[in-house]
Amino acid sequence: MKRTIIPFGPQHPVLPEPIHLTLTVEDEIITEAVPALGFVHRGLEQLADLRDFRQMVQVVERVCGICSMMHAMCYAQGIEGLMEVEVPPRAKYLRVIWSELHRMHSHLLWLGLFADSFGFESLFMQFWRIREKILNIQEATTGNRIIVSVNVIGGVRKDLSPDQIRWMLSELIEVEQMIMNLGPTLFDDYTVKKRTVDKGILSGEKAMELGTAGPTLRGSGVSQDMRTLGYAALNELDFTPVTEKNGDCWSRCKVRFLETLQSIDLVRQAIARIPNGEINTKVKGRPDGEIIARVEQPRGEVFYYIKANGKKNLDRLRIRTPTFANIPALLTMLPGMWLSDVPVVVLSIDPCISCTER
Amino acid sequence: MLHFDCGSCNGCDIETLACLTPVYDIERFGVINVGNPMHADILLVTGTVNPRNKKVLVNLYDQMPNPKVVVAIGSCGLSGGIFKDAYNVLGGIDKVIPVDVYVPGCPAKPEAIIDGVVMALKKYEVIKKKHSDSVPSRMKWRKIAP
Amino acid sequence: MLEEVIPVTPEILSGETAKIKYEGYKFITLSCVEMDANNVEILYHFDRDLQLKHFRLAVPKKTIIPSISPIYMAAFLVENEIQDLFAIRFSGLVIDFNRTLYLEDEIKNTPFCKYTVVESDSREISSPPDFDE
Repeated sequence: MKRTIIPFGPQHPVLPEPIHLTLTVEDEIITEAVPALGFVHRGLEQLADLRDFRQMVQVVERVCGICSMMHAMCYAQGIEGLMEVEVPPRAKYLRVIWSELHRMHSHLLWLGLFADSFGFESLFMQFWRIREKILNIQEATTGNRIIVSVNVIGGVRKDLSPDQIRWMLSELIEVEQMIMNLGPTLFDDYTVKKRTVDKGILSGEKAMELGTAGPTLRGSGVSQDMRTLGYAALNELDFTPVTEKNGDCWSRCKVRFLETLQSIDLVRQAIARIPNGEINTKVKGRPDGEIIARVEQPRGEVFYYIKANGKKNLDRLRIRTPTFANIPALLTMLPGMWLSDVPVVVLSIDPCISCTER
Repeated sequence: MLHFDCGSCNGCDIETLACLTPVYDIERFGVINVGNPMHADILLVTGTVNPRNKKVLVNLYDQMPNPKVVVAIGSCGLSGGIFKDAYNVLGGIDKVIPVDVYVPGCPAKPEAIIDGVVMALKKYEVIKKKHSDSVPSRMKWRKIAP
Repeated sequence: MLEEVIPVTPEILSGETAKIKYEGYKFITLSCVEMDANNVEILYHFDRDLQLKHFRLAVPKKTIIPSISPIYMAAFLVENEIQDLFAIRFSGLVIDFNRTLYLEDEIKNTPFCKYTVVESDSREISSPPDFDE
């Protein structure tokens, strides 16, 4: 069979971000995929030499615009761990509320893009219409639509008023209803099943071996979720990680869909139990030592290694983002797929390239 | 309209995409998102430029037919923004290709992006007129008599 | 403040990694830290049931480190990244981008090294003999 090499990306209609894949195809079946990265590489980790450890909160938020809240939270938790700062309980609950709102908007975004990847334009529009409601909540409570920038070292910057909480709950009821209405379209539709079931299969053992994270891993039947570590106030809330067995695109889609509903539930629980009190503490001194912080992002586990030496600037800040862990899995999923399934399989890991390259 | 993410953090890209969806709906101004640079008149660029995506950006810009306008979106696209001091960042979009409209914000709000695109459309009309005046008349489309 | 850190040397690295894989650990990532002008420290992070385990490898910059990507395939990305940013070489990579994962060909400096290296030294680091051809 004659081999053909087809470039995929960096500018591709289905991808909002630049990643390049060199696909080797025989007939229409892919035999090999090699990635080329570096289109979004900015060298953000090195900014730790120039900015002090408080200013770095704003920098790590810009690792990725979609999950900016989680990046800042993870970084702040790391520094708080180093400096042995106890965050007030209300701040912990507020962090949970905003991070779960962020997860919801990220998953809704992904569900829309995923629908778009197999050409279901109207479903894409529907999901993004719901997402605007979440963004409205974020804008009303924090002042910005995407990069919410609520975290500071030692707590959060903004508080929720009782009025806002009441309005948020009524909005969430509407959001939940709208998501539930779209469920049957996404999971019972013949065309959607045809395009997603048994595509890009990744078994549980293989996923563990490749070090995948997040919904990609949970879609293969492995119940691993960093939220079970109980950071912020999550140890006081009830939830069980969502898992699906099949490990194909459909399972990963289902995991994300159910997690969106789970996040609504977590926000409600957090609102029901939120205590009154301070929202941040004064932090004095400078961090010293090395620490690892782990937080569950919409795409999986984010891993921060922070090394400080008692100076204003950090010694080393290392960020391992979930997509970085999922790219090897993508490379093993692609061989054997039809060329026309590439967009669906690539999107099924929820690639976030600006996370990957930083 | 063609959208290319140069090196942004996704914030501006997602806001650009949000412009296409029902709440903002940029299509009411007659703008449609295309995947092929050869079909595009307006180039929306978000994010900073680095040595690698510079080549892609220039390539995309060259492939677009004349006349064309470029809209730079977000603080990073304007000057490099928060990443200005990072080692792999050359600066704003205007270091590489000429920019017609600048949309500030980190991330730029959809309203601002729509405003920028509408400004670009006006500018496009002006450039198009100039362009068609400069082209020799025999190369213009002739009206076929009925 | 890291619990369970095992110091390793380049010679026993592959063996230890294979052992830890057999024990059911999941590969997370590598963190490279520049210690001083000539030495770096690489931390290997592994996880089993949310419990972390680390290897600490302290080597001079010129050492060619055996890659663990034949054992954990997922390591090839991060090892290529370290090659890019610290100019440390790994041998036996599954996919070797040869210092062009993030950076373009013409860039030969090492952005993450704070210490400036002597001219002759830097040339030696950026093109060791076995990659010269």
